Amino acid sequence: MKIRLNIGAISEPLQSEQFKTGDWGTEWSFVDREKCTACRVCEQFCPDGCIEVKEIEGKEVAVVDHNYCKGCGVCASVCRYGAIKMELKELFKVDVC
Amino acid sequence: MRFFGRGHGACPGCGLAIAVRNILEALEGKCFVVNPTGCLEIISSQYGRNAWGVPYIHPLFDNAAAVACGISEALKVLGREDEGEVVVLAGDGATADIGLTLHGMFDRNHDVIYICLDNEAYQNTGHQQSALTPLGEATTTTPAGKLMLGKIGRKKDMVAIALAHGSPYVATSSAVLPADIRRKVKKAAKIEGAKYIQIHCPCVTGWGIDGKDVVKVGNLAIETALYPIVEFENGKLLTVRKVKERKPVEEYLKIQRRFRHLFTSPEGRKVIEEIQKIADENALRYGIDLKK
Amino acid sequence: MKKVVRGFYSVAYAVKLCKPNIICAYPITPQTEIVENLALMYANGELENCKYITAESEFAAASILVGASAAGARTFTATCSQGLILMSEVLFNAAGMRLPIVIVNTNRALSAPLSIWNDLQDSMALRDAGIIQVYVENNQEAHDMVPQAYKIAEDKRVRLPFMICMDGYKLTHAYEPVDLLDQNVVDSFLPPYSPEVYLTTKKPVAFGCYAPPHIYMEFRVAMQRAMERAKEIMEKVFADWAEVSGRNWGGHLEVVYPDSKNFVIAMGSIVGLLRKVVEELRNEGISVGLVKLRTFRPFPVQELRKSLENAEKIIVIDRSVSFGYEGNLSIELKSALYGMSPEVISFILGLGGRDVPKDFLKELVKNAILGKEKSGFKGFKEFEEVIP
Repeated sequence: MKIRLNIGAISEPLQSEQFKTGDWGTEWSFVDREKCTACRVCEQFCPDGCIEVKEIEGKEVAVVDHNYCKGCGVCASVCRYGAIKMELKELFKVDVC
Repeated sequence: MRFFGRGHGACPGCGLAIAVRNILEALEGKCFVVNPTGCLEIISSQYGRNAWGVPYIHPLFDNAAAVACGISEALKVLGREDEGEVVVLAGDGATADIGLTLHGMFDRNHDVIYICLDNEAYQNTGHQQSALTPLGEATTTTPAGKLMLGKIGRKKDMVAIALAHGSPYVATSSAVLPADIRRKVKKAAKIEGAKYIQIHCPCVTGWGIDGKDVVKVGNLAIETALYPIVEFENGKLLTVRKVKERKPVEEYLKIQRRFRHLFTSPEGRKVIEEIQKIADENALRYGIDLKK
Repeated sequence: MKKVVRGFYSVAYAVKLCKPNIICAYPITPQTEIVENLALMYANGELENCKYITAESEFAAASILVGASAAGARTFTATCSQGLILMSEVLFNAAGMRLPIVIVNTNRALSAPLSIWNDLQDSMALRDAGIIQVYVENNQEAHDMVPQAYKIAEDKRVRLPFMICMDGYKLTHAYEPVDLLDQNVVDSFLPPYSPEVYLTTKKPVAFGCYAPPHIYMEFRVAMQRAMERAKEIMEKVFADWAEVSGRNWGGHLEVVYPDSKNFVIAMGSIVGLLRKVVEELRNEGISVGLVKLRTFRPFPVQELRKSLENAEKIIVIDRSVSFGYEGNLSIELKSALYGMSPEVISFILGLGGRDVPKDFLKELVKNAILGKEKSGFKGFKEFEEVIP
């Protein structure tokens, strides 16, 4: 099978989206919909563009896409309403005897 | 519409990625990105994993400004100027060290927005010093040892260099000020000529900070006056981000691994005093302290 | 329109006819007058849809063309010697990005010691860059090569930078009668540049992506294949040119007296001198022919093997050297003729503008044929090197 090779290593746009970076970190951010005011500050700060304000059940709230969230915690650190919490992924929750 | 795709390879909490997203959104994706070799290039432009939703070119480490001039002039000649702004997104090393062609861009005043994403060292290759590494920072090529306590000498004053060239718009900003970045980029886009914007970009791995502290560290650089946030139009100082109560530089330095050696010896203390002097000079030069 | 012009003008005028969008250069002797001519044409409004830029270095000039070419512009620069070497990082890059930039290199020696005079050391140093290299004998050929260079470089099956190499001083400064092309001849031969892929917000692609080990090699294979395709495409373009212009410069080679027992092979303006040498030697009853090598990259291996299959002795005239080995053309030729058994004698001469008088050259070639002259540097003063 021959592969396709773009002349001069030219690449098509936005191919990176196929690569899910959500499994990188140990934590994910979670938004408390009650506290969220949809101010969009977290949206501007997310280095990975994976937190976005969306309308859910008639209310605008920030939504984290865990397919891409690397768990850096920047969004939680800029939320003025304490609406974003970082939580350890289930995988990393281990009982210590 | 995304201009900088998810799934890129930046470290978690990368300051530079915050800046890039805001720059592209400020321009609504109507831009041509020229990106010399460096962190941003490595995280975004692997063949088949391209993160860019805008036309992009990575030429070499040392020639981004000239390549941008070429695109800018070609668009004019071909009657395609309306397609967008030509924007260089370069690291501090590519700008202040090896970027030989920056002065030609200023000299001929090509219509380009040159943005230096300043994370204060060659971070993608593991934290080597550049001309924009600040005094006292331990890098792998200016390590802290018995004879040397990190980088000797100050950051190269690229703002002054841009101003000396008569650049019509020169500004600094920080990755922790997205609204400021957007405003300045939009403004630069409206001005014809070779513009220069330098954005302070906290680097989690190189600086030795936690992702959760990126914003705090970025803000402290401003609040200590170590990174003045200024704006010049046609050589005139237009705006300065003032600070109500300037913080001592220790507060900024002590929470970063790159400066930690300064706190363990009397010689290190002297370097901290020198760094405080730089902050004081900055405050005086730009009138950063808010008068009560 | 036949006019007596300098080599500079013959190139500049041909460039104008090819309607480049961006011309960018940095002055360097003996190239400068090419871009001075173009600058004057630009200043007088004779270049349509074109911007002329004087860069701050050759490095910047080549870089500006990389940006312009990637954005879809037809581009031109001229340089030589230190300028070409300063450009080299960019030119390797442009070749990898498959940008059809056209360069005229007015061959000049390399420093140190500094020499502004002619030899072929500069372009030889770019041998492995992925740039097509053609060497011309006279100013008419230089003039004619420019539209052909664009046509070949911009062919979507090729897309590689193209370098026309012409001898500094010997051609650039020489006044020769040149039949200057008509615009309509060039227009009928060379279509406007309309690349299939370029930097545009309408279809945003990324140029210059990096390739990890799992995919890098494929791009280098692709460049090699583009060079191989170029070899065929060039022959077709050369033939088309002969039809359009009425001047036939041959293919990758021109062979004079193909049935000879002995051959001299060379590139560039020295071929003109060798034509006379060969005539005179033949008048003396010596069986000698001449191979003018026009295309150096892609190297026309099969054509050389075929033309030289019955040669008993080949004399290579090199004007550059690979220190620690021998003359560059000699190295290439021996490799191309591997398995064949002619005797190859190679002379390195004329470095840094050292004069090569016709009689001197004739004696060398004659003695080589008679078995009285060995390979090596010729035409220098023997010395003892001392540390002062």
